[in-house]
Amino acid sequence: MSTIAAISTAPGIGGIGIVRMSGENTFKILNKIFRPKNSVNLDEVKGYTIKYGYIVNNDEIIDEVLVSFFRAPNSYTTENLCEISSHGGAYIVRKILETCLENGANLAEPGEFTKRAFLNGRMDLSQAEAVIDVINAVSDKEAKTSIKQLEGILSKQIKEIRDLLMSVMVNIEVSIDYPEYDVEEVTNKEAYSILQQVYTKLEKLLKSFDNGKIIKNGIKVAIIGKPNAGKSSLLNSILKEERAIVTDIEGTTRDTIEEHITVSGIPIHIIDTAGIRKADNEVEKIGIEKSKKMAEEADLIIAIFDMSRPFDKEDEEILNLLKGKKSIILLNKIDLQTDSEIKHIIQEKIGDIESIEISAKESIGIENIYDRISKMFELNEISLEGDAIITNVRHKEIISKALQLTKNAMDAMTGYLPIDIIGVYIKEIMEELGKITGESVSGEIIKEIFSKFCLGK
Amino acid sequence: MSYYAGEYDIAVIGAGHAGCEAALAAARLGKKTLMFSISLEAVANMPCNPHIGGSSKGHLVREIDALGGEMGKNIDKTFIQIKMLNKSKGPAVYSLRAQADRKMYQMEMKHTLEKQENLFIKQAEITKINVEDGKVESIETNIGAIYKVKAVILATGTYLKGKIHIGEVSFESGPDGVFPSIELSNCLKGLGIELLRFKTGTPARINKSSIDFSKMEIQSGDKDIEMFSFEDEVVEKEQEPCYLTYTNEETHKIIRENLHRSPLYAGKIEGTGPRYCPSIEDKVVRFADKERHQIFVEPIGEKTNEMYIQGMSSSLPEDVQIAMYRTIPGLEHAEFTRPAYAIEYDCIEPSQLKISLESKKISGMFFAGQINGTSGYEEAAAQGLIAGINASRKLDEKEPIVLGRDEAYIGVLIDDIVTKSTNEPYRMMTSRAEYRLLLRQDNADLRLTKIGNKVGLISNERYEKFCKKQDNIAKEIERVKKKVIKPTEKVNEVLQKYGSSKIDTGVKLSDLLKRTELTYEGLKEIDEERPVLTKQEAEEVQIQVKYEGYINLQLAQVEKARKLEDKALFENIEYSKILGLRLEARQKLDKFKPISVGQASRISGVSPADISVLLIYLEQERRNSKQ
Repeated sequence: MSTIAAISTAPGIGGIGIVRMSGENTFKILNKIFRPKNSVNLDEVKGYTIKYGYIVNNDEIIDEVLVSFFRAPNSYTTENLCEISSHGGAYIVRKILETCLENGANLAEPGEFTKRAFLNGRMDLSQAEAVIDVINAVSDKEAKTSIKQLEGILSKQIKEIRDLLMSVMVNIEVSIDYPEYDVEEVTNKEAYSILQQVYTKLEKLLKSFDNGKIIKNGIKVAIIGKPNAGKSSLLNSILKEERAIVTDIEGTTRDTIEEHITVSGIPIHIIDTAGIRKADNEVEKIGIEKSKKMAEEADLIIAIFDMSRPFDKEDEEILNLLKGKKSIILLNKIDLQTDSEIKHIIQEKIGDIESIEISAKESIGIENIYDRISKMFELNEISLEGDAIITNVRHKEIISKALQLTKNAMDAMTGYLPIDIIGVYIKEIMEELGKITGESVSGEIIKEIFSKFCLGK
Repeated sequence: MSYYAGEYDIAVIGAGHAGCEAALAAARLGKKTLMFSISLEAVANMPCNPHIGGSSKGHLVREIDALGGEMGKNIDKTFIQIKMLNKSKGPAVYSLRAQADRKMYQMEMKHTLEKQENLFIKQAEITKINVEDGKVESIETNIGAIYKVKAVILATGTYLKGKIHIGEVSFESGPDGVFPSIELSNCLKGLGIELLRFKTGTPARINKSSIDFSKMEIQSGDKDIEMFSFEDEVVEKEQEPCYLTYTNEETHKIIRENLHRSPLYAGKIEGTGPRYCPSIEDKVVRFADKERHQIFVEPIGEKTNEMYIQGMSSSLPEDVQIAMYRTIPGLEHAEFTRPAYAIEYDCIEPSQLKISLESKKISGMFFAGQINGTSGYEEAAAQGLIAGINASRKLDEKEPIVLGRDEAYIGVLIDDIVTKSTNEPYRMMTSRAEYRLLLRQDNADLRLTKIGNKVGLISNERYEKFCKKQDNIAKEIERVKKKVIKPTEKVNEVLQKYGSSKIDTGVKLSDLLKRTELTYEGLKEIDEERPVLTKQEAEEVQIQVKYEGYINLQLAQVEKARKLEDKALFENIEYSKILGLRLEARQKLDKFKPISVGQASRISGVSPADISVLLIYLEQERRNSKQ
């Protein structure tokens, strides 16, 4: 049986989050992503023990965690099982889950751990009865979600995609099942272009899930600028603003200060280097390096320039950091005597991007920053009526899989593979998408064949 | 009036394609078997299209053959044209189809039946089945013979309360002018069997000498032919052509002007017809903007001038039929030998059957073929074979043979009809099979011969021969996967010849074979140590290597579904008492009594949440019984 993983704690803010993984390859996957502190051999770890260490994804540390080991058959599912407890919030826990999935685990269906527990014969009566309630609850919720989605954009888009696929599929099937009839066959070229449309639509959908990510995890913003450009003043100014609701979570990251605000209901995490400098003398050098690192991690960079001083090499380096990133350019200190030269130079370098003039100290133009963020991330268009986090990951998984299958089908077509194989892929894509809309394929195809084509003796 | 006529093991009612397979299987399995037909001239008749096979139906015939059935062998003896369809569409859907010499087909089959040990063929109408304590006890003929039997297989086709409609005229009749079977239908109703009323139709037959074939397109058979049976050697013979022509606006106009005279549109037919088999008037009404419809003119045999006009099935009055047929190019002077007609008949609601094809209600009563709501000779034969096997096994107190959806089209067919109630005649289609790449016609023997041997219909001699074939294939696949082709000049020359890109390092032969443009045969020149294989073996190696990735993809899907298929559901489960099941699911499960959780999950109206509840229930039961 395949190895499955899922977040086992309720979505939302909590002290810890647990990712559970079960199946034959559990420890094999764990081996790839878990670095125990006292480099123990995971194969030798006994059941019912806990190990401390880090979860890593391509050498990048995601979080420090405790991993509980359960060896088959002594676990909830009777399979090899582990529980990864992390201190992170929703974002970190999801990252850990994604790491498990990237390394070979499949996303568990709702209730699948419990289902395995029954299938493998490890449930007692009282537990089983309790689970009936849970499963009923899950399907109730799912029912509600599907109704909501039926009215919603997602389901509408998926239906459009499925209709496109159906138009190809039904032609393939009819030409197979009624070889002697001269039905208007969709040519390979047409079918390919339909698949291309499907691919583009799925890709767009997949991207749209980034918006979902924004709702849940917020936007990570780095403020960078040379010393005294006004980073601290800007942060203070933002924190004082009424529109920005300052949350009470303390910034705890090792070497940066992190502040949390909410704009249009979206959490924004602002990282600032202001705190570092006081403790450090090699200001110039380290400042740039820190900025670089932050710029890499951030969803958005706010680069701040001092209009009262001439443009220098350091400003230039900061501009370089913006390449390929979402960024907002602030021209600060408009309350002082400004150097019009610098504005000119910057504008020339950044081309089409429109800069925002502010005075951080006097809180002038701060509103414009919010507006810009809002516009850049289309925050107003993001609905806050999001689904539970697991539903989103599930949909994302389905759509990524459908996307991959579409790619395979297209490759199969360019490789001149016969249509029965292309048909297998397309049917599989439709089955996948059907998991979101709750429809099955086979009956549908047959119905379509008879309503579209004129066949028979 | 009546007399005791003796005691037998199994009685088969009906001698169509289902009845023939059922009777042969039962007799071959050592059961003293009776077979009844209202007319012995109608044994193995093809009252409609004169061909066997086609898409997915060809698969069924090969499966029947691999299990030890007769249809494949009989058509191999009597075909007048043979053709592999779908050649360009991929190996999973290659489909063999043969035009049969109808009379020869009947005679050959009848003779095979006559020669069969343990089998007794009788011309008689069965009017009554006596049931005692829920078990089949005896059967009675219309002239008073009473046979004591342990099991009965009903394969009545379209005879049961058959009624023919030709325009305003209608009369009780079986197909092709044979008497219908009226009383048996009442008897079944009396036994509490739920009946449905279905309809089908057939086009006219026309005398060849009145047809102008020069106005039609000729359609010939294959030059390089394959046989249906895995055992048969290729028979070279002169093949008869088919012809293609089209309807036109004039044809459609006549139909539209006379629609009111069709019994269907006048509301005289109550039976449900199949969507895939519409009459010409149906097609003209439903696809009004289509300018023309294809018409295939097919030969019926060597010693007859009658031709079958596929695509022109109709229940319009004969005068309208003649007028509309004569608008078709080549048929301007058509002389009818038999008019087109629609036929209504009784069949049973197939969800009353176990997956073994035995009635859930009456022990020893099996059903096969069109009486189960299916359509098609091949579908009928497949069920007949399984019913014959399972009736025999029942008498031997053996478990029934149940083929999985991943094992055979026959498995898909039977699971579909007993699981999903059908509201129209059921036709096999490749799109109904979820594991199409596994269920190919080329590997039907690899899938099923072993089962046929276990059942006792495949002789040990044939089985050994088969094992050798299987072994040759496996060994050769292994060799092809190991063999490395070095990048020599000759190799690259050959590759280029087939439009394939050159190699500059050693490449596995299997990887070359996976290239679309290369074939196993074509690679022969650069593969010195190749063993001598039969054509069938070589084809199998090619398909299994070439499509390995896709086949594995489906095997993984099968594996995933297997777990639920393996969870058995017992007949005595009271679904109405299972807490947590939704009402609809309780009713459906109670009605269908599925044999596995997998089958339950395919019943419409049973949701995944219901399946979870069912799993919990099973686990509870298991624990209770342990304690």
